[in-house]
Amino acid sequence: MPETPTTSLIHARGLTKRFGEFTAVDAIDFDVAKGESFGFLGPNGAGKTSTMRMIGCVSPISDGTLRVLDQDPRVDGPTIRARIGVVPQQDTLDTELTVRENLVLYGRYFGLSRAECARRAEELLDFAQLTERANDEVEPLSGGLKRRLTIARALINEPDLLLLDEPTTGLDPQARHLLWDRLYRLKQRGVTLVLTTHYMDEAEQLCDRLVVMDKARIVAEGSPRQLIDRYSTKEVTELRFPPDVHDSLDGKLDGLADRIEKLADRVLLYADDGEAVAVAAHERGLEPETVLVRRSTLEDVFLRLTGRSLIE
Amino acid sequence: MAGLTRVLEHRAVQYRRTFRSSVFTSFLSPVLFLTAMGIGLGGYVDRSGGAALGGLTYLQFLAPGLLAATVMQSAAFEATFPIIGGLNWQRTFHAMYATPLTPSDIAYGNLAWMAIRMGMIATVFTIVIVAFGAAHSPLVVLGIPVAILTGMAFAGPISAFSATQRNVNRFNVIFRFGIIPLFLFSGTFFPIEQLPSFFQPLAWLSPLWHGVDLTRGLVLGTVGQNPALMVAHVLILILIVAVSSWATARLIERRLVRG
Repeated sequence: MPETPTTSLIHARGLTKRFGEFTAVDAIDFDVAKGESFGFLGPNGAGKTSTMRMIGCVSPISDGTLRVLDQDPRVDGPTIRARIGVVPQQDTLDTELTVRENLVLYGRYFGLSRAECARRAEELLDFAQLTERANDEVEPLSGGLKRRLTIARALINEPDLLLLDEPTTGLDPQARHLLWDRLYRLKQRGVTLVLTTHYMDEAEQLCDRLVVMDKARIVAEGSPRQLIDRYSTKEVTELRFPPDVHDSLDGKLDGLADRIEKLADRVLLYADDGEAVAVAAHERGLEPETVLVRRSTLEDVFLRLTGRSLIE
Repeated sequence: MAGLTRVLEHRAVQYRRTFRSSVFTSFLSPVLFLTAMGIGLGGYVDRSGGAALGGLTYLQFLAPGLLAATVMQSAAFEATFPIIGGLNWQRTFHAMYATPLTPSDIAYGNLAWMAIRMGMIATVFTIVIVAFGAAHSPLVVLGIPVAILTGMAFAGPISAFSATQRNVNRFNVIFRFGIIPLFLFSGTFFPIEQLPSFFQPLAWLSPLWHGVDLTRGLVLGTVGQNPALMVAHVLILILIVAVSSWATARLIERRLVRG
């Protein structure tokens, strides 16, 4: 059966990854278009990394169809890998070498000349704001600097596609924002980004379109805005009660909102007018310790779709 | 082949950082050993008559064996920590695998680097042997490739083993029950004929014995006395290197695919 050529950079149908009895990725379908910024959002263990490793041609698919850059990872692995950049979840830098040496040597793996590697390394040092640290050994650098170097390194072959697996996990907020800024610039330049994350704010910041993954499957797909519109209300009212009151709330909130989620420590009331919900709750004689009215996020989408929080 | 040389380049850049101390150690070790064992201890051995050593001075007997044994020790080191580091600690092999490089490039590139390192160590050692006047034949230069071959007969199997490990716990077992006993009992310090007769066939199982016997034949120029045995030594060592290198590549691939 001839495979139809696709215009998408990544084309997956029924993509499956099994490890023995365990199914890590269960027949998922998705396409990533050129220039798009595409995300896999889901909790740890949802199958995001397994999917990324198959796209990166380092883990063979168990079943289904996968085309990357219109080639077959099973036979064209090295050719595809030559055209993609990979930012793995765990750093793989040579910590005994300097920042610049890491960039140049990585470029050499792609068969670039030394002069070309040196030229691109300077550009990327500048892009990643690492020029001042160029001759420092990698080992003592902070997590944020190492991540920036890993991203710079992934760009040395001027890839058509950049894969980022949990790019900011474990970083402090300041380092995360700096990294997001760099990734946003890449997006502006037209680099196709594919990233996994379990941070809904990261997905909202960076993704044009995303799929929500849970238990090896895709449970929803769309832009962050579309997903929120489809699966949540405009606003959310968060009420926090003292523990004894919280446990005996049964039924007392019924009818206040379109949907009510009772979490371990607070109650979420979904309605388009959050203020009105707060007022109505007060009129029923309920006295929460804190009231917070906010806009819906992807976290609410995930809760709606799976009944669980993203970060457990 | 191109991929292999890129892996080699990485190792060479890493090595550049420790080049000086490494070369110094390469000189120091044979000088110390040949002085203490060859001249110091050898003085006593020679005084009690050299019949058992076939008319050689103890220094002449010891030097070639020690060349092969020293290369073996460095092989054991080069085949453990850099492999487990690339797969588990710094994960540089995973970084390479994300590029066009293949697991075979990574495995054979690292093995080639080990051979180069052993060549450096063997060359320095040979210079010291000549300086000590312990070489009896121009064939001494052939001791270098033979020492590399002997070292690789260890580097190959140990690399394959390292590719299956996630920590260094079992490396001590290799050193304690493998490398050190072989160092002592493979004919390096005394002819294996000194061992109880039922032990002697076991020497055939030791890659080091094949290497020591071969190196000694070359350095002392006695290689022509038993050519069939010398050819057998070479073939056995080549077989070990070939099979274990292939196994290393497959085991490294298995680990990289698993993630």
